[in-house]
Amino acid sequence: MISLPEVLSLAALLFCISIAGIFLNRKNVIILLMCIELMLLSVNMNFIAFSHFLGDIHGQIFVFFILTVAAAEAAIGLAILVVMFRNKGSINVDDLDSMKG
Amino acid sequence: MIEQIVFYLFSGILLLSATMVVVMRNPIHSALFLVLSFFASAAIWLLLQAEFLAIALVLVYVGAVMVLFLFVVMMLDINLVVIREGFARFLPVGITVAVLMVAAMGLVVGSDYFLSDTYMAIKSVGADYSNTKELGLTLYTEYLYQFEIAGAILLVAIIAAISLSMSKSKVNKSISPEEQVFVKKADRLRIVKMQSETNNKDEESET
Repeated sequence: MISLPEVLSLAALLFCISIAGIFLNRKNVIILLMCIELMLLSVNMNFIAFSHFLGDIHGQIFVFFILTVAAAEAAIGLAILVVMFRNKGSINVDDLDSMKG
Repeated sequence: MIEQIVFYLFSGILLLSATMVVVMRNPIHSALFLVLSFFASAAIWLLLQAEFLAIALVLVYVGAVMVLFLFVVMMLDINLVVIREGFARFLPVGITVAVLMVAAMGLVVGSDYFLSDTYMAIKSVGADYSNTKELGLTLYTEYLYQFEIAGAILLVAIIAAISLSMSKSKVNKSISPEEQVFVKKADRLRIVKMQSETNNKDEESET
């Protein structure tokens, strides 16, 4: 029988791996987008774990909406990435300095 | 017991493939390992009795989003050497932040609170229980407006993605009003000096 802390620690470890990925791959926008997908996955796993252990279907509804928004975010992010590569010729985050931020 | 073994097996696959996503040199390998981690987490969701969402994860993520990722990765001609520089420089920072977050989350998750009896009351369901049916019953009654908003978000995403990535070459012959307003007389009209044509000149040319 799986217990709740096991699933929660799995999701926490997944989240930390993707946080580390965002720090390590500061140059590559594609890997950054993948790490964001992994973070959303770990959050979804928390929702599903609580939905299972509380016997409440509303957590799964939330996961449904998070999946929808994540798909939209991935589509728009990749479109921005394609436009950026067309204009700048690279996907390096450091090249995005035209606004002097 | 067998449930726990399966859970730990797929957790191991998930964490391993997530680590490979982060450290892989080639973005295509990262995308493929991300597909593997989605499959592993779909298996864990199946263990947690979220059957519809497990299948939706495989269909939506592996079938659509990751194929989109792979298309984009293969379309772009990336210089891998430039992309990878700085990996070693940020390695201590990344590991430090990750360890700190593991410690912080471990303190929360490892506390006795989540071990209390509140979270152990698992509803035992029969074989005729349908997760999809219950999800749909809640989704289309209580969450109907939110469901419609989700549809609108997807429509906005489609329009935004198409309008962003469409090339800027003009496909139609529409006029631009701002250029019409700023047009001068000299741009359109040219006055040419020439001799007037007379009737007898015409007769001369005819003869």
